[in-house]
Amino acid sequence: MRIPCPFCGPRDLSEFAYLGDAAPVRPAETSDATAVFDYVYLRANPAGPHRERWYHASGCRLWLTVTRDTRTHEVLFAEEAAP
Amino acid sequence: MRFSFLSIAREALRGNRGWTPHWRDAEPKAAYDAVIIGGGGHGLATAYYLAKNHGLTNIAVLEKSWIGSGNVGRNTTIVRSNYLLPGNIPLYELSMKLWEGLERDLNYNAMVSQRGVLNLCHTDAQRDAFARRGNAMRLHGVEAELLDRKAVQRMCPFLDFDNARFPIQGGLLQRRGGTVRHDAVAWGYARGASDRGVDIVQNCAVTGIRIANGVVEGVETTRGFIAAKKVAMAVAGSTSQVASMAGLRLPIESHVLQAFVSEGLKPLIPGVITFGAGHFYISQSDKGGLVFGGDIDGYNSYAQRGNLHVVEDVAEEAMGLMPMTGRLRMLRSWGGIMDMSMDGSPIIDRTPIDGLFLNAGWCYGGFKAIPGSGLAYAHLIAKGEPHPAATALRLDRFRTGHLIDEKGQGAQANLH
Ligand SMILES: Cc1cc2nc3c(=O)[nH]c(=O)nc-3n(C[C@H](O)[C@H](O)[C@H](O)COP(=O)(O)OP(=O)(O)OC[C@H]3O[C@@H](n4cnc5c(N)ncnc54)[C@H](O)[C@@H]3O)c2cc1C
Ligand SMILES: [Zn+2]
Repeated sequence: MRIPCPFCGPRDLSEFAYLGDAAPVRPAETSDATAVFDYVYLRANPAGPHRERWYHASGCRLWLTVTRDTRTHEVLFAEEAAP
Repeated sequence: MRFSFLSIAREALRGNRGWTPHWRDAEPKAAYDAVIIGGGGHGLATAYYLAKNHGLTNIAVLEKSWIGSGNVGRNTTIVRSNYLLPGNIPLYELSMKLWEGLERDLNYNAMVSQRGVLNLCHTDAQRDAFARRGNAMRLHGVEAELLDRKAVQRMCPFLDFDNARFPIQGGLLQRRGGTVRHDAVAWGYARGASDRGVDIVQNCAVTGIRIANGVVEGVETTRGFIAAKKVAMAVAGSTSQVASMAGLRLPIESHVLQAFVSEGLKPLIPGVITFGAGHFYISQSDKGGLVFGGDIDGYNSYAQRGNLHVVEDVAEEAMGLMPMTGRLRMLRSWGGIMDMSMDGSPIIDRTPIDGLFLNAGWCYGGFKAIPGSGLAYAHLIAKGEPHPAATALRLDRFRTGHLIDEKGQGAQANLH
């Protein structure tokens, strides 16, 4: 598997670290425990395209949002993660 | 048909023409008292114990492919009960005890081989942690032995004891652990369940779960609707997919784990050995091949095959532990899809939907748990309350904070 880093070009998987699903958004500090539970633990875990966070640790050291098909590992799209 | 010394001798003389299929390949009926989704180890064992222990025989196991095509036929076959936490030990030890009597119970040769599981330690801190785990096991009535370096040297002289980075200091040994022929576990339970009247339906994928007023009514399948008052999920890596048919979102991610087999060798490794300075485990099959594996690839996957960075990592660990493996040729490698729960421990519980049950989150370790999990899940389905050995394995523990944080790692190590 290679990830086409928008800054470094296509690079081997071993240069990246994985954080997981990009969908969960940290709830506001005033949120109740249910929102935090949902954010920390619950996942859609789709079989198909998945938007996920990767860190280009041995490259540009930027966080990327990668869209990848979990059934085939085909990388469909990679962009810089919105800050 | 029962297996005995006599029947084997008779068939040997008759050219083995008298054997019959081991289980009925059933057609689905329109309705059952209960259906189990998933014909892996857990689903088949659950069906067997439902029939045997609870007299529930009007039940079916629905398998989308052929039985044993999932993780039960893809794992590295290691069985053990050397866990640390009180929430986990009882179930794995129940399982270990069932393994010990399984072949007589099923009248089926599952090649249960208690050749021992040795976890190696490489630092003082790790040895202390092993002493603690061994003590926890003994407090639960599970035997454990802490070995010093000399004792490990006597058992496994071929290891790299003076590796510059990871010298071997000793190990924690569970002699009752070992390996079991994985396919035979699926076949043996299928045969036992089928003999008691359970329908094993292959090529029947569940595509929907029918629910009315919060109560389950049955399942939509590729072979039509099947009504059932109780529906029990046991679909391992597909758990999130099947649970989403009932509108459930679970604390589970699917990840790929790879396994490797070398060419056949003369007897070399006495039992199962695990490397403590990484994640690597190795044993030798009865055919002679070295069977080994390492960590999950580390990203969500349903692909049943992994990537080369893990192959490299596993090969490095093999070399760090047993330098002689550098001369070995690899025969095969493959992957399976793990249902990684967020705390690394399993779930055997009811769901918020009446009549719908969940068995999932087995991560790397669900093969060893098959007999115990099947027995405990059958108990839950039949009686509506958790089996005493599985009271901690609740779905709501993530919400209430009662995590079972055995190794501090689930799908991702940063979550708890
Ligand atoms: C490479 C590897 C090595 C491992 N090593 C070990 C080990 O050494 N020791 C250990 O204890 N554990 C090990 N494990 C883990 C263990 O194999 C699993 O935890 C366990 O087998 C999972 O339970 P199961 O047998 O019921 O799963 P499976 O055999 O995967 O059964 C689930 C079944 O559900 C079916 N299914 C899915 N969706 C549907 C649907 N919609 N409708 C109908 N059927 C469906 C699937 O086809 C599948 O047959 C390993 C796993 C892998 C992949
Ligand atoms: Zn980059």
